[in-house]
Amino acid sequence: MATKLIYFAWVRERIGKPEEDVELPAGIETVADLLRWLKSRGEEYEHALQYPDVIRVAINQEHVEHREKIAGAREIALFPPMTGG
Amino acid sequence: MSGVVVPVVRIQREDFDVAAEIARLTEGRADIGAVVTFCGLCRDEQGRLSALELEHYPGMAEAEIARIAGEAIERWPLQGLTVIHRHGKVRPGENIVLVVTASAHRQAAFEAANFLMDYLKSRAPFWKKEHHADGSAGGWVDAKEIDDKAAGRWKAPSK
Repeated sequence: MATKLIYFAWVRERIGKPEEDVELPAGIETVADLLRWLKSRGEEYEHALQYPDVIRVAINQEHVEHREKIAGAREIALFPPMTGG
Repeated sequence: MSGVVVPVVRIQREDFDVAAEIARLTEGRADIGAVVTFCGLCRDEQGRLSALELEHYPGMAEAEIARIAGEAIERWPLQGLTVIHRHGKVRPGENIVLVVTASAHRQAAFEAANFLMDYLKSRAPFWKKEHHADGSAGGWVDAKEIDDKAAGRWKAPSK
């Protein structure tokens, strides 16, 4: 099953696209696994995810920690710390 | 308290009218004794900026602000609550965000408005990009650690 990844702000600019559908390989169980896998997909991902600790993640539009399991996620968003308000 | 308070949450490109939003909460009611409004505006940073561009996560922005608003309603005896956050390009002097809280007494209204702004800053999915007045390329605004700390102080029960 394809998972929709959405990127915002400088994560979006560095990866070079606002969203994509990906087939997650076996063994990608947590958000941290996903970030590690994505980072290996090319220079633009390496640039965006150079410091994975600062990347904030939402699954199905709710904030999650990096240890969160991603099973059942329809939509996973990656973005920098928020600066609204 | 009269009935369940349903917060008004709007994410919009266009500006808002602060007086009209207060009137919307207080109209036809005689039980509200305090209304607190917080309005965040775009600064020009000593002439350095020509605009801020606000990117947001459609869907999640509404959902997350509704979650924060729901938490405020649980924690304080509010009679009305409005949060409006703009997206798109906002010029110096223009409005960015509005929080209106209504309660019988001022303490709850002040505290809830403060809580809402602290949480909006650290949890609502919005990102500001600077546009420079001199035409040079602007960057993304960095998140401030102080904003995270400000949100953190509400974790301890305050009442």
